[in-house]
Amino acid sequence: MNVDINSMPLDLTGGKYRDIPYEEKERLFNEVKADVRFHDVLYGCYECGVCVAACPSARFYDFSPRVIAQAVAREDVELVYILMNDSIWDCSQCFSCDRCPRGNSPGGLITLMREVAVRNGLESAKEALEGYGRIIYKIMSTGTQVSPDMLQPNAFPDWGHHVNEIADNLDLWRRALPPETLHTVETGWSVSEKTIIELYLIWHMTGVMDMIKEIDEGLFMILQDVMEERLEDAGYDVTFDE
Amino acid sequence: MGQQVIPVEELIKSQKKPGFKYTPEEAPTEDYRDILFQLEKEGELEVLRVPEPYVEVTTKYGRKKKIPLEHTWHHKSCGQCGHIPGYSTSIFWLNRQFGFDYVDPSDQTSCTAWNYYASATSNAEAQAAVAVRNFAAAAETGRFPLIHCGTSFGHYKEVRHELLHHHQVRRKVREIMERLGKRLVFPEEIVHYSEWVYAIRDRIAERQVIDMSAIVASVHPACHYHKLVEEDAIYDPEIYGAQRTAIVTGTLKALGIQIGEYSSWYDCCGFGFRHILVSRDFSRSFAVQRKIEVMKEEADPDIVVTHDTGCVTTLDQSQFAGKAHGKKVGIPVMSDSQIAALAMGAHPYKVLQLHWHNTENRPFLEKLGIDPEEKWREFEDALEKLKRGEKHYLTWEDADA
Repeated sequence: MNVDINSMPLDLTGGKYRDIPYEEKERLFNEVKADVRFHDVLYGCYECGVCVAACPSARFYDFSPRVIAQAVAREDVELVYILMNDSIWDCSQCFSCDRCPRGNSPGGLITLMREVAVRNGLESAKEALEGYGRIIYKIMSTGTQVSPDMLQPNAFPDWGHHVNEIADNLDLWRRALPPETLHTVETGWSVSEKTIIELYLIWHMTGVMDMIKEIDEGLFMILQDVMEERLEDAGYDVTFDE
Repeated sequence: MGQQVIPVEELIKSQKKPGFKYTPEEAPTEDYRDILFQLEKEGELEVLRVPEPYVEVTTKYGRKKKIPLEHTWHHKSCGQCGHIPGYSTSIFWLNRQFGFDYVDPSDQTSCTAWNYYASATSNAEAQAAVAVRNFAAAAETGRFPLIHCGTSFGHYKEVRHELLHHHQVRRKVREIMERLGKRLVFPEEIVHYSEWVYAIRDRIAERQVIDMSAIVASVHPACHYHKLVEEDAIYDPEIYGAQRTAIVTGTLKALGIQIGEYSSWYDCCGFGFRHILVSRDFSRSFAVQRKIEVMKEEADPDIVVTHDTGCVTTLDQSQFAGKAHGKKVGIPVMSDSQIAALAMGAHPYKVLQLHWHNTENRPFLEKLGIDPEEKWREFEDALEKLKRGEKHYLTWEDADA
């Protein structure tokens, strides 16, 4: 039997995604291309490898920004689907790859691919963000990403016993900060109620909560309760579950 | 092992290509200000001007950038405020020392970019709306945003590109701002606090009370400062021949600090956004093996100085695990704002708040002639007053007492 190897898709996964219909893979690929930023991040690829040389993730993972840029530029739908599941979450998002001589931003392309993965609730995205829900809760509900009370020994065992010391003295040490906005413990700084309400309205008007629902239904319900109640108290009749 | 400083500036000068030019006319990227002001003329948005007094600095392709000295609205950083609060405290302390007008607002949210780069649970419109809401809040106070975080700085420049080039994004943000009762306003310049420190470096040096000439520092330039929308980062022909950003290095040189060069300066710190929170084995390994160990072997510095939340955190906190594995670690990590404040006599615990940092920094203080034991006792005395209820918070006056 004659086999044309050039027509075979590059698949080093052992056919892991063989059962996913091509049309579904193509739909996701087209969603990446439909983003208004797509043409800002990909112009073509010389295959020079400058992006890989600068990439921190390439040193520690089986990861290549060049392969991702190439696969998307060649419109290799099968390979893009594999990368969207098995590779994009290794990216460090440092944008060292922006030194691309062609003007590509592989890191920016990966951001778009991650958005599509989240919006469509891919299992690989859920796995990559396992344990990350508390961070999403913090940023979306309080407007600050990390807070002093997150510095607990069980969360940062690899940072040593100084984390215990901080946790033991947290309230006192926060009061020993001269800037008034830093006396908080549950948020990075004091954020006014009006500002939080404005942030919730932004989440509502941009469909961000729909993405949360796809990736973590439980987290969505918790955030929905918190936000809808505070919005109602502020006089807004808003529901996130439309 | 003795100190090995690579003569980077000499190497750069000797290898500079004859065709190299440092002029705006040769810039390979657009000057976004042309589009920004055109859109303002067309009534699409409002430009928030840099207030006077300002200092002009030079950016990557020789263009000028205005850095406001005062009347600033401080856009704080999640990681700094949450986990290393002496970083932002030092920025405020410097403002107060120079008598500059500033506001530390509570109508500011995070740029939310750390979460965006980590989880992608957002989109272009939401990110742009968060940015413009903050800028509108700054404009309402009559002040100009000074961005504390390197990632906010880089991300807001990405947002700027999207707002200027994609009318769909502008339209959506306008709709949101109308609902919030806010203006669609965007700053003339996106200014990072370390640019402000750089702009006043000679004034800081004039008021320096701690001699730092015996110190060797290795600099880690933050990726989202000089790689993400690269063209409006500060470059200076006198620093590395303008072949890499002058940020931080220029400030340290003005304070008389020796720069300890190392070969992996371009590498990131290992933060990774998602990784530092839920996949920290990568962050630890990269920070130790590609940054700290290389610095130790090639420059053996007294300190690492950087200018972003994530970089200080990752480079500092990762050394604990590195030590457990017998790696060559043990270099304290601070921000340029902390070093500048220390040079001007700020208290290492009441202002720099070094007890929130991890890697041992007392030998560094001792090398500067500062007695860390005495300073810690002074801080403990202040804590006792808080414990006894004599006062509820440490004030700025207490910090300078």
